[in-house]
Amino acid sequence: MTLWWIGNALLLLVVLPVVVYLLKGVLDAARSIEPSVRRIADSADAGSKDLDAVPLLLTTRDQVRQTVEVVANYGGSLDVIVDDAS
Amino acid sequence: MPAAGVVTIIAVVLIVLALVYYLVSTIVALRQITAGLDDAIRGVKGIIEKSAPVEEVVKDINGNLDAGVDLLEGLLVKKAGLVDAVGLVEGLYPGAAAEGLRNFPESKTVTPPRISEVYTKGTLTLARLGREAPIAAASPSGPVLRNVEGGSLAARSLYPENRQSRPEKLPRSPVIGTGAPVQYPPSEQRGGTTPDEAEIREKGPWSETAAEGIVPRDLGGSDAPREMLAEDPELGSPALGQTTGSEEPATESGIDPSAGDEADATSDAGPESPEGAEPDLKDAAAGPRQVDADSADTRNDT
Repeated sequence: MTLWWIGNALLLLVVLPVVVYLLKGVLDAARSIEPSVRRIADSADAGSKDLDAVPLLLTTRDQVRQTVEVVANYGGSLDVIVDDAS
Repeated sequence: MPAAGVVTIIAVVLIVLALVYYLVSTIVALRQITAGLDDAIRGVKGIIEKSAPVEEVVKDINGNLDAGVDLLEGLLVKKAGLVDAVGLVEGLYPGAAAEGLRNFPESKTVTPPRISEVYTKGTLTLARLGREAPIAAASPSGPVLRNVEGGSLAARSLYPENRQSRPEKLPRSPVIGTGAPVQYPPSEQRGGTTPDEAEIREKGPWSETAAEGIVPRDLGGSDAPREMLAEDPELGSPALGQTTGSEEPATESGIDPSAGDEADATSDAGPESPEGAEPDLKDAAAGPRQVDADSADTRNDT
């Protein structure tokens, strides 16, 4: 009978607090992940919206191509007009 | 049931309740995490899809820009020479000469001439267009960069020779007078235009006198040979003047010939006096001042 009471005491004073402590730790960790995941999701959405301007790169590419062509024509004309250094 | 058994059951129930509460809470939290990760994955997928063509496009842009840089660098070095090119780059972008030109590794060892200390960026821009610019070039007459006069003259050389050369002979500015390109002999004209046949028919035979001249050239008119003219050097001087050969008025408003017809010397000449005022004759009968008389006597004595 005495051993039973000792077992009861261990259950109530040791096992139950340890179980509660461990489970609370797991729950706190899980809950702390959630805001971080939310922030990641928000950042991904913002990054995705920032990349909406990517198609404009096609316009930039075309304009750069045209600009370089103009520069090439201009340089070719200068090459003809202006004497070389040596 | 003994009391110890009841306590045991209560303890087990408490432990189970704690397990249920915390595990259920953990499950709920994990599900929320899963939902959040789904959102994050969706956003990341969007990023991946949208950024997929970026590499290709940027590589193409960089390729084109590289070609442009190669072209401009090559042209600059070809036209200005490596040393001047480095100096120009240093002048426009201080510190850039240390990095050198990309396609000319030896440019890193070139000491850039101090072009920008004297010449403005505008001059440098012009200089970039041609080697004719004397900047950074060794001058046999000494450094031109600090010589104001030399620098000014040298600025002309910024332009190609065929542009800076003046025309051989420009038409002279005066179009009337002795420098007029069209000269009218004085014997044929005494003023106004020389009447042609139509004007003579319109105005009458009297106008021919202007065409024929008052004194013909052969009879010693003012445009006769010098030996036929009298000994008067002023006759050959530009003081005689020339007619314009045109009826266009010399002034913007021109001349009003009717004003002369209505002129009256008795009323139009002299200062304008008030209506009804008597003429000022107070000095008319006065003799000379004493000082003037003394001065005249002194001069007569000497």
